[in-house]
Amino acid sequence: MTRKIVRINMSNQKATYEDVPKKWAKWGGRGMTSAIVFEEIPPTCHPLGPNNKVVIAPGWVTGTPAAPSSGRTSFGGKSPLTGTIKESNAGGLSGQKIAKLGLAAIILEGTPAKDQWYYLVITKDGVEFKDASDLMGKGMYEIDEILWKDYPKTAVIGIGQAGEMKLSNAGISVNDPENKPGRYAGRGGLGAVLGARGIKAIVIDDAGGPGVDIANKELFEKGRKNLTEAIQEHALTKKDGGLNAYGTDVLMNIVNEAGGLPTRNFSAGQFEGAAKISGEAIAEVVEKRDGKGMTGHGCHPGCIIQCSNIYPDESGEALVSCLEYETAWALGANCGIDNLDIIARMTRECNDLGLDTIEAGNSIAIAMEGGLLEFGDAEGALKLFNEIRNKTPMGRILGQGVEATAKAFGVHRVPTVKGQSMPAYEPRAIKGIGVTYATSTMGADHTSGYTIAPEIAGVSGKLDPLTDEGKADLSLAFQASTAFIDSSGYCLFIAFPILDIQTGFEGMVDTVAGVMGIDLTGDDAIALGKEVLKMERLFNERAGFTKEDDRLPEFMRYEKLPPHDVVWSMTDEELDKVFAWVHED
Amino acid sequence: MGARRLAEMQVEVTVFATLRKYLPDLPVGGSKYIKVDPGATPADLIQILGLPADEVKIVIRNHVITELDEIVEDGDRIAFAPAIAGG
Ligand code: SF4
Repeated sequence: MTRKIVRINMSNQKATYEDVPKKWAKWGGRGMTSAIVFEEIPPTCHPLGPNNKVVIAPGWVTGTPAAPSSGRTSFGGKSPLTGTIKESNAGGLSGQKIAKLGLAAIILEGTPAKDQWYYLVITKDGVEFKDASDLMGKGMYEIDEILWKDYPKTAVIGIGQAGEMKLSNAGISVNDPENKPGRYAGRGGLGAVLGARGIKAIVIDDAGGPGVDIANKELFEKGRKNLTEAIQEHALTKKDGGLNAYGTDVLMNIVNEAGGLPTRNFSAGQFEGAAKISGEAIAEVVEKRDGKGMTGHGCHPGCIIQCSNIYPDESGEALVSCLEYETAWALGANCGIDNLDIIARMTRECNDLGLDTIEAGNSIAIAMEGGLLEFGDAEGALKLFNEIRNKTPMGRILGQGVEATAKAFGVHRVPTVKGQSMPAYEPRAIKGIGVTYATSTMGADHTSGYTIAPEIAGVSGKLDPLTDEGKADLSLAFQASTAFIDSSGYCLFIAFPILDIQTGFEGMVDTVAGVMGIDLTGDDAIALGKEVLKMERLFNERAGFTKEDDRLPEFMRYEKLPPHDVVWSMTDEELDKVFAWVHED
Repeated sequence: MGARRLAEMQVEVTVFATLRKYLPDLPVGGSKYIKVDPGATPADLIQILGLPADEVKIVIRNHVITELDEIVEDGDRIAFAPAIAGG
């Protein structure tokens, strides 16, 4: 079975199936979405206009039996938040089902007549275009429930009210095994681009699908075994290890201790309430309330790390999944809020309305700095989500993200790069991640080059977070390997065991080679990652971005960050080295 | 008797994540003070606290990531963590 691409034209509601052309045959996941975006989307187009597209692709090994933690789905397009290329990937049910339908990519293009909204049903027999009138104005919790009545056990991709309003902070939701929204391709506003296509939701039903071919089963099996062993052995990813027992919010106390936790709109590196919103605190709430809450939850079938959780409300009922580090930080520490229950409620609002939690929390923090409410006003912050739900002008400003909110409130401490706000690591205190924020093709993004591993976590070596030396090379190495992992369909968290355990890395590469039927070594992996980065970088250049856009915000150069009292000191020349090879190789 | 006792020092210690089970009395975010002899290192503290050395991956001294053999000083705050990372 050769993999197919389905091209869905929303202007005339027609779907056509194509064999994957040779030029894209080697790609999966992020490599596939970026290759298609690079080739098919005019870099200077308006992100909400008719020439933008949304490309969806499962990774290379996604949908194969028992490749561990490999169910990721990549979403690509031109970002309304940044104006750059965007790949945002999510867990949840969609990746495996798309792959099992034999699809390497779904391309969504064109625009229907004004005010026409559809939901799509993709099965082995083709694509149905359904009138979405009854779904409009509804949040993702309701959408998932309604659609599972007619299409039980399917993957549901969708947008909340934020995507309907085409807000720059609208994400794309994917349902989890319990059919709850919360697995988000959150960053960069691709929910608005889906909205601009007139698509409210996409149902993926893989029943009777052809499944995923494995070209070299023996190699795949060998690799799968080695990778699985590495994940099960590493202290971070094994059962009852840090991620499984506490989720990603295990980072809260440690990053805070190291003075790198952005607090109250990036004005300090430590938050006195950090422990109260930490992974340890979440685990305690789950245990005490002894109900539907849990840690060690998997966001899709087949994840063996299971870093996700279900946070229970006061009566023990499931309130939201998942409360992760970035979210607890953005809606917590960065807003001066230490009330975990209210943070969980705000997270549920984000998941329902279809907002990226990082950008949402940062926008509220900016509004706090601008005087709309006090830092630490948890109830006030929670109420702000009604503004978005009610589509008020205030809600629309906040939903546009940090830069729009900062302009509306006259704030100059604006922690963004290329229009996207920074996540939960202070670049003045952790320099390598600052290089990633500055130079990433995605705008400020930690996942695109997670130097935290050696700078804080002691994974893959140990480097002083407070020094500049060597950080440009470090960031590039992480950005390249990440682009490869993002193409594979594996969750990025397999990076930790495979960086430390060589057989795990080889195993991961073998599974990819086994599925694709190609020869692949570790060096090829980095080269492929760089190829992806190059396409993304060139797209951005053609969209008008220059090296002057690879900079951190000005205030970080002159405002000293406590407790280390450090500023951002990396030279521009160092930063420019990171991508110099794009025009040299 | 008669020999001058070496001055005792006091340091604040805390543990995170999976290390918490070895100091079960500490609440989340809590710390405790212990007395140590001058010249003590984080490796010594690990012994005193009864933490399994192979599970300690990160040592943070006064908010700076440090090594096991660095000498601690009176009034220091030392935090111990296992392997952690995430997103
Ligand atoms: S490790 Fe966490 S984010 Fe990654 S696939 Fe598993 S549950 Fe999802």
